[in-house]
Amino acid sequence: MAYLLQQLINGLTLGSIYGLIAIGYTMVYGIIGMINFAHGEIYMIGAFVAVIAFTAFSNLPLVVAIMLVLLFSMVITAAYGWTVERVAYRPLRGSFRLAPLISAIGMSIFLQNYVQLLQGARNKPVPPMIQGGFTVMQEGTFTVQLSYLQIMIVVTTLVLMAGFTHFINTTSLGRQQRACEQDKTMAALLGVNVDRTVSLTFVLGAGLAAVAGVMVTLYYGVVDFYLGFLAGLKAFTAAVLGGIGSLPGAMLGGILIGLIEALWAGYFSSEWKDVAAFSILVLVLIFRPQGLLGRPEVEKV
Amino acid sequence: MMLQVEGVHTFYGAIEALKGVDLHVDEGEIVALIGANGAGKSTLLMTICGVAKARRGRITFAGSEITAERTDDIVRRGVACSPEGRRIFPRMTVLENLRMGALTADPERYDENLAAVFELFPRLKERAQQRGGTLSGGEQQMLAIGRALMSEPTLLLLDEPSLGLAPLVVKQIFEAIRRINAQRRMTVLLVEQNAHHALRLAHRGYVLVTGQITMTGTGQELLENPEVKAAYLEGGHA
Repeated sequence: MAYLLQQLINGLTLGSIYGLIAIGYTMVYGIIGMINFAHGEIYMIGAFVAVIAFTAFSNLPLVVAIMLVLLFSMVITAAYGWTVERVAYRPLRGSFRLAPLISAIGMSIFLQNYVQLLQGARNKPVPPMIQGGFTVMQEGTFTVQLSYLQIMIVVTTLVLMAGFTHFINTTSLGRQQRACEQDKTMAALLGVNVDRTVSLTFVLGAGLAAVAGVMVTLYYGVVDFYLGFLAGLKAFTAAVLGGIGSLPGAMLGGILIGLIEALWAGYFSSEWKDVAAFSILVLVLIFRPQGLLGRPEVEKV
Repeated sequence: MMLQVEGVHTFYGAIEALKGVDLHVDEGEIVALIGANGAGKSTLLMTICGVAKARRGRITFAGSEITAERTDDIVRRGVACSPEGRRIFPRMTVLENLRMGALTADPERYDENLAAVFELFPRLKERAQQRGGTLSGGEQQMLAIGRALMSEPTLLLLDEPSLGLAPLVVKQIFEAIRRINAQRRMTVLLVEQNAHHALRLAHRGYVLVTGQITMTGTGQELLENPEVKAAYLEGGHA
């Protein structure tokens, strides 16, 4: 029981990070009908900016430093997200369907190598900054730990997800975003600047991925240029599991993938934990391609 | 002159859909554009809105040239469109669809404009919280027109508002267009296959045949014209 609880705590933390990245996949898919294969690298850049910023702000009080790092990483990573859309997607709009997909994969490889060249191929460590936590439960020699950092990650994620949902559902920009998802020509006919809205979607997705990057830097204390590949694929799996295009689906999918991975690692084998996540991807694609909260392709219009 | 279209050619790939169209709409008028399926009626509306681009020719709205402008900029100048197929946002509520329409309007007058749309189409008020995709065809058409009106346009473009609707609903829609024009002096460019209804409503009309204007005149003149009668009115339209 105690062991299970510990795995659930770990899974929820991991799932929060996947969920934040998955939002970017699902939003971009929603608006341009395409998977942004460079999104994992955007997240990796968020983590690298966090490492650089943490070093720069290391003599500031911890809370201030974290706030500044979050801000810094979100802004810079968002600029990368914006650039990816401008360079890899916009010139190919109206081209054949596979073209932007291929250019996004190219962008992904480019960004990996770019970071490798600039920052080196070796791991970048950051010293642990938030230590300690609660002992939730004691069972024999096994203690269930809930660290302050885990609380911070989950709470930050939930706040961001709630804020983001509110933004999409109730603000004018959010409505414009949804309008573009449903019918870009009609949105333009009502005065929506479609190009700007697509850019905004990339920027917001990148901003959330940056937060995930900051969290993962704090959580694992180490980043490398290859970090985005696996995390990106897992978050993509999460978005598919939740229903690609669905915002609550991405959040739910992220948390589920985190939990599945933690439980698998805890009860079977941590070496094979990736198998669990990707088996889910295969199963979902075969048996429920629209995902848990997605809508089927055909609808009455 | 509110809208002037001069010598406009529009292409879809290699196909020339408009072959030099001249047309104008004066302030306060209802102008009907009639023609068979595939004549280029919708293409003309989309070219005016900047969704399709004119390769040659010139479009002027309220004194400014808009030929090469982006759609959202043209809309911001006061052109509103209820397009072919209505294009209601299916996963937004009726109210959200109307809010989208109000994007370019003065937010201070939102409540007033909403009340006016609900007064024109009381059905929309009953359906306010329902999703656009669940409405009937007639309700979707009302919503498409209401959404266009929410932007406080000076020129209203309507593409086949009667298409696929029951005769009683068609009557309601045309009555609503008449009221919008009479009460607010709204300028309307109406594209229709239902020539009888459209020409009775319109002050003036144009006939478009495979990308070219072949005839123009007052609604009454066109209604009585033997060629128009033979081609567009005796196909059973009541």
